[in-house]
Amino acid sequence: MANQKVTYNKKTRKLMIHETVTSYLFLLPFLLFFFGFVIYPMIMCLFTSFFDSTMGREDIFIGFQNYSELFHDPVFWKALWNTLIIVVVSVPVTCAFSLWVASAISKMPVAATSVFRCIFYLPVVTGSVAVTMVWKWMFNNYYGIFNYIGTSTGLIENNINWLGNERFALGCIILILLTTSVGQPIVLYVSALDNVDKSLVEAAEVDGATQMQAFWKIKWPQMMPTTLYILVITTINSFQCFALIQLLTSGGPNDSTMTIMYYIYFNAFKHFRYGYGSAMGVVLAIIIAVLSAIQFKLGQEK
Amino acid sequence: MKQQRLTTNTRKAGAYQIFSFVLVAVIAILFAFPLYWILTGAFKTGQEINSTTPVWVPSQWVSDNFDRLMSKRSAPLFEISLGKFLITGPVVPAAIRWLVNTVFMSVSSMLLTCLTAAMAGYVLAKKRFWGRGLIFSLIVCAMALPKQVILIPLVREMNALNLYDSIWAVIFPIVGWPFGVFLLKQFAEGIPTEMVEACRIDGASEWRTFTDVMFPMIKPGVGACAIFTFINSWNDYFMQLIMLVSNKNLTISLGIATMQSENSTDFGLLMAGSALASVPIIIVFLIFQKYFTKGITMGAVKG
Repeated sequence: MANQKVTYNKKTRKLMIHETVTSYLFLLPFLLFFFGFVIYPMIMCLFTSFFDSTMGREDIFIGFQNYSELFHDPVFWKALWNTLIIVVVSVPVTCAFSLWVASAISKMPVAATSVFRCIFYLPVVTGSVAVTMVWKWMFNNYYGIFNYIGTSTGLIENNINWLGNERFALGCIILILLTTSVGQPIVLYVSALDNVDKSLVEAAEVDGATQMQAFWKIKWPQMMPTTLYILVITTINSFQCFALIQLLTSGGPNDSTMTIMYYIYFNAFKHFRYGYGSAMGVVLAIIIAVLSAIQFKLGQEK
Repeated sequence: MKQQRLTTNTRKAGAYQIFSFVLVAVIAILFAFPLYWILTGAFKTGQEINSTTPVWVPSQWVSDNFDRLMSKRSAPLFEISLGKFLITGPVVPAAIRWLVNTVFMSVSSMLLTCLTAAMAGYVLAKKRFWGRGLIFSLIVCAMALPKQVILIPLVREMNALNLYDSIWAVIFPIVGWPFGVFLLKQFAEGIPTEMVEACRIDGASEWRTFTDVMFPMIKPGVGACAIFTFINSWNDYFMQLIMLVSNKNLTISLGIATMQSENSTDFGLLMAGSALASVPIIIVFLIFQKYFTKGITMGAVKG
């Protein structure tokens, strides 16, 4: 009896080893790229943040000096503040807007739904560079369409240099960001609305519930996981807003559109301060991780 | 009484529906407008571009902007090095070379990602082995972190590997990004395990099981992964910006962005470039839209 058990264990052990070996052979190509070009750089980012590191010379260990410099850097705080404004404005607006669009278009015939879904996704597919170029033209001081519409309708008296004006630049960036970030949430919400249990909604309608009631009491709770996912991805996307800033304002005027992502780029690839940039990257990663964790916690409680 | 309430409800709902339809249609037009402005702007004359009153529809379609785009810079069409020998293609406008680079980059990332992700997704979904949990949590963690955090060390790593300023420096990190694995694991989990086991019992090798049974069954997922990777790598501007420097190695988006710094108010030129960068990818998107939508929604399930 005891003997039998031992052989049995040996057999499963052998099987397990076999399974593990074959599994890793299948995983090998992916793991090579994953560890080589994702995990290794992530660890190196943390590592480099403790060094004074630049091009063409050995790194010098300086402990937490990068971090302490960071906390005394007014531009970093300005960048953090601007980034938070972008996130705080764009995340709720993106979610609410895409939910509204999705619920409006999901009631339409299938063909119409797919046409609208496609149109709202177009700014994403067009690519950040092309989108940025055309908005740059539309916001232009002399030839831009916004100044034409503004002055001809009497909303503004004189032409405004939208992107060169401290008061408007960040708002313009957020507007462009919004148009390029609602595509994916709309796709997700449309499919979530399709998956809502139809019989519950019908039952509620027969009982005399209004559309509004049916929506908030029945559909909304069922879509909670989707909403949560959308919150997380839009937050990450808004934090990473980069191409718009780099091509339109370079963080200006007077740092009014400086974001963390652009400041990292600025330090690392314009001033070649790799250590300082890495420290900022670590701080950014921590902020995003904490925010995502909070969103998940809140979502699960509900 | 109840009947009456029901009809007022539906009537109200009907009015609201018409209202929301009109509003969505108007907003959709506004969303499509920038693209319209790129496409028409690319063919407008300089006078119409720089007019303070916008020209909604070009009065004549001209190719001046494209001519300027093509004549500004030039580069060899391709370069293949075979050991000591370097085969250089004919000199063409740089924008053409940039397009070639971009297509090469997107197609290579797509093929490599699909192959590695399908293999990895299959074993992560169907096999039980030591270290599976650890690898999967690493994948989820990596996806939650901002991608840009890895860029600084990545540039130095590519420098050390002698890959800096080559298109592979952009391709490899895309292949390593675990979204594809995550997506295809979701797909593979939907395939009944009995299918895989039956195949093994019939004596097929592990590799045969994968190529002949698993792969055909997760094909829709692979399609989604392919189109997703293709579009994302085409538009991954930040990575291209920091990795590619020399004129002949640029991608189309990066090339246009570089031209912008020299001709920042030549909007005709910039629109022609933008059209060249975005039209191919929009066509790809429209053709494979179905797969793409599937990819987005599948990747989100319990994301």
